[in-house]
Amino acid sequence: MNQLPLLSILTFTPLIGAILLLFVNKNSHGVLRTIAMAVTVVTFVLSLPLITGYNAPGSDIGGFQYLENVPWIAAGPFQMSYHLGIDGISLWLVILTTFIMPIAILSTYTAVEEKVKEYMICLLLLEVGMIGTFISMDLFLFYIFWEIMLIPMYFMIGIWGGKNRIYAAVKFFIYTAVGSLLMLVALISLYFKAGGGDFSILRFYQLHLDPATQMWMFLAFALAFAIKVPMFPLHTWLPDAHTEAPTAGSVILAAVMLKCGTYGYVRFAMPLFPDANAQFTPLIATLSVIGIIYASLVAMVQQDVKKLVAYSSVAHLGFVMLGVYALNQQGVTGGMLQMLNHGVSTGALFLIVGFIYERRHTRAISDFGGLAKQMPVFATMFMIVTFSSIGLPGTNGFVGEFLVLLGSFESGLRWYAIIATSGVILSAVYMLWMFQRVMFGELNNPKNQTLKDLNAREVAIMLPLIFLIFFLGIYPRPIIDSMAPSIDRLIAQTKVQKQVAEAAMPAAMALPPGHMAVPEAGAAPAGMPEGHPAMPEAGAAPAGMPAGHPAIPANNEAK
Amino acid sequence: METIAMPAINLAVIMPEILLSCIAMVLLLVNVFVPGKNKAYLGYLSIIGLAVTAASAVGGWGPSVSAFNGSIVQDNFAIFFKVIFLISAGLAILISDRYMVQEDCNQGELYPMILFATVGMMLMAAGTDMMVIFLGLELLSICLYVLSGWNRASLASNEAGLKYFLLGAFSTGFLLYGMALTYGATGSTKIMAISAYVMGNPGVASNPLFVVGMLLIAVGFSFKIAAAPFHMWTPDVYQGAPTPMTAFMSAGPKAAGFAAFIRVMIFAFPMLRAEWGDLLWILAVLTMTVGNIIALSQDNVKRMLAYSSIAHAGYALVGFAAVNAEGAAGILFYMLSYAFMNIGAFAVIILITKKGEVNGNVQDLAGFGHKKPLLAMVLSIFLFSLAGMPPTAGFIGKFYLFSAAIKAGYVWLAIIGVLNSAASLYYYLRVMVFMYMKDPTEDFEWAGATPAIAVCLLVAVGATLVLGVVPGTVLELAQKAVQF
Repeated sequence: MNQLPLLSILTFTPLIGAILLLFVNKNSHGVLRTIAMAVTVVTFVLSLPLITGYNAPGSDIGGFQYLENVPWIAAGPFQMSYHLGIDGISLWLVILTTFIMPIAILSTYTAVEEKVKEYMICLLLLEVGMIGTFISMDLFLFYIFWEIMLIPMYFMIGIWGGKNRIYAAVKFFIYTAVGSLLMLVALISLYFKAGGGDFSILRFYQLHLDPATQMWMFLAFALAFAIKVPMFPLHTWLPDAHTEAPTAGSVILAAVMLKCGTYGYVRFAMPLFPDANAQFTPLIATLSVIGIIYASLVAMVQQDVKKLVAYSSVAHLGFVMLGVYALNQQGVTGGMLQMLNHGVSTGALFLIVGFIYERRHTRAISDFGGLAKQMPVFATMFMIVTFSSIGLPGTNGFVGEFLVLLGSFESGLRWYAIIATSGVILSAVYMLWMFQRVMFGELNNPKNQTLKDLNAREVAIMLPLIFLIFFLGIYPRPIIDSMAPSIDRLIAQTKVQKQVAEAAMPAAMALPPGHMAVPEAGAAPAGMPEGHPAMPEAGAAPAGMPAGHPAIPANNEAK
Repeated sequence: METIAMPAINLAVIMPEILLSCIAMVLLLVNVFVPGKNKAYLGYLSIIGLAVTAASAVGGWGPSVSAFNGSIVQDNFAIFFKVIFLISAGLAILISDRYMVQEDCNQGELYPMILFATVGMMLMAAGTDMMVIFLGLELLSICLYVLSGWNRASLASNEAGLKYFLLGAFSTGFLLYGMALTYGATGSTKIMAISAYVMGNPGVASNPLFVVGMLLIAVGFSFKIAAAPFHMWTPDVYQGAPTPMTAFMSAGPKAAGFAAFIRVMIFAFPMLRAEWGDLLWILAVLTMTVGNIIALSQDNVKRMLAYSSIAHAGYALVGFAAVNAEGAAGILFYMLSYAFMNIGAFAVIILITKKGEVNGNVQDLAGFGHKKPLLAMVLSIFLFSLAGMPPTAGFIGKFYLFSAAIKAGYVWLAIIGVLNSAASLYYYLRVMVFMYMKDPTEDFEWAGATPAIAVCLLVAVGATLVLGVVPGTVLELAQKAVQF
């Protein structure tokens, strides 16, 4: 095992940066920006060894690695530990976070001229919260990071946001806090159900709760995460928050924070409460599909580019949820990829909106037209990002959406997949229509005739994103490969209860991962995941995992 | 079985109380004989006195020692609470001088008065005889009546003093009557004797004398901790009283009320825990909800904090309703955290308000965050802690209180509690909205912190964060304090 506590270093480097910033004169903007930038770049560089080191030979393939486990609070009935670790799922979300942060900070160089110091501190604290959320393996620790994330975001929206910023900030905060507080109650109940011990997620995975308990605990967890995702009909805070937030805030909110919600499902709500999860799959799939269609339709009629992108986020996250709930190799992989893709392409879209907003101080589609003639570089990049958001083959969006649809089509969610497919078409409609109205046509607004094309800094911001759009679109293999074992475990864990119930059934033939049994998919009636034998995936899990036991890595590996 | 003889007197048990009383009396004399308008030195001397007392109190940590024929006890429970009282008195003293000078009422008797009130609280926590608890309560209350009316020139302060006196006397009547009835039913005022009697005669639970006595005691204490529907005096008194005294009253005496309440209810009536649970359940829900809902519509920050302090008593009652060791330990921890975060918040309010307590509205805070970034950050930390956001002491405290309720099976109580917490976010956030997100309408000049207030803020903010991040040691102590 790696001796260096890499995850702790990653989490607390930004915190040290934030503390450092406290001592810098608030008027020396250059210094403030450079320090923040340097800290995030260092964090990103530090996070790279995770990719190469994960699933290193001899490690617990697909399990939690880079473990750190230190007892933290032990008082009364509770034992909390400072317990960190990543698996193939959280690995890429951590990388996404550390990757987006320098870009977000670079984008604020000209956008934020006031209160730079506070802004940079907020950004760095936000990074602490986000990384911590993805790597916590202790539920209590997770909750703390989850809540900490809210505070800097609240200030970012409220202080540097647009006209309605205060309303949006307070709505954002209270909306998410209500959900997480209910989750807290469920979390404590879960702990008492588990009996004495620590808050480690691995311990809770092994619990067998009765269905009634599972149901209400699942509801509490699912509500908290659904608000964060956000799923229809709990999405109403998002367009407000996104529209009012400053560019860097929107980028981080879209690229990373929303993923905390879907990640919550994958890591907690689904595997912890498998029976309830199966029971609620039709509901969640329905809400996801409604979210896709509804948000796409609403996006179509938006006058404000940023709001349009915000609604497109809701639709994309609907795809993520659908894929994850397909609960087969392709679906979950697609969902996970789509999380990363959405981070890259929606992050890029918000940056693009930021670029033109900085130039024109308006975001209304009707104020633009014909920009392509004036700003060719900008137009090209915008085009690529738009294609990626739509999911054109060759770009990252395609791989994710395709896998999601494939996975859900082959699972019990076939009809949902069929309906959701129309969302792909709708996304082409609203994105291309918007693109056409902004970029093509007559350049007849005199204010637009003097617009300057992107400068070097802005191009530098966009290039890594563009690179990723193509890289993930053409060669997503390394990412898929490193996620696959973890996803297998997730699926096995989530289906574990069903396997117990169906233990009498003969074990189905083992298929190589990535291949679903066709007859089975055909036999599974839509919306009835219970009727869906869980054996193939579990059997296909590598390294001879015993069915029904989602290989729990031993805690003592931490040392 | 007792012969007529003097009960064993063990002065060591009440050494902290004796010490503090002596120090207070000496300071009274010092105040008379040392001329001059500047009374700050009395404050510093008081703090030294409090520290000495704290050292002497903490020295008794360990097995409990009973003295004066079982009327008073030196146990970990009492010691934990004594430390809370001493801390809140110390913090309140630190923030007093500047305010009292500003409001032209810096008479030197203030500090001995606070010390006497602290002695009263210590007796309440240590008393195991209803009479001792009552005497402690009276000593505390009389000092508080004077302290809340301290600013003679201010009508509001006069009103606060008078109101507190009238309602306090009224509630004391309830308490005393309840104690008398209980004595009539069980034949003793000593908590252990009552407990033994109730154990031996289960039939007493249906004795109307006993039941009414118990209820009256509960009402009396509910007045003291400002639980709804006995909270009516709180907002006016808290708003009218000089701000440092409001800070003091909301932290120390409230904790003292809880100390005595827990001692009487959990020890004297152990058979009736289930009934208590239900009664306290209702009290907790009412108290949280009433406090929070009214706080939502307050513009005056001080008054908002007064209502929110009602809500906080409600959260503590959640732990109380659980009637288990976790709940009691949770209350201990919460009261300690509350002393830090609430007095800290009041300390910033003192710096914000001008003479006559003007500029105390939330609207007047517009722009504060950018003019005084450090003070605003500190206030934000206190407010987040009051709202129960991690990583602060307020979060850990609430976590333990609510988990005690969940453990006792009161899941709904915990849910109501967290929803209340979410509602409270609105008014705490509102302060931050004005501090950071609104542009100032007038160009206010805010004073910086005096050294004494800076020390108070430093201690309070440090404690709020330390108790939030590494609460283990203190939680363990709280846990030990409730193992009787």
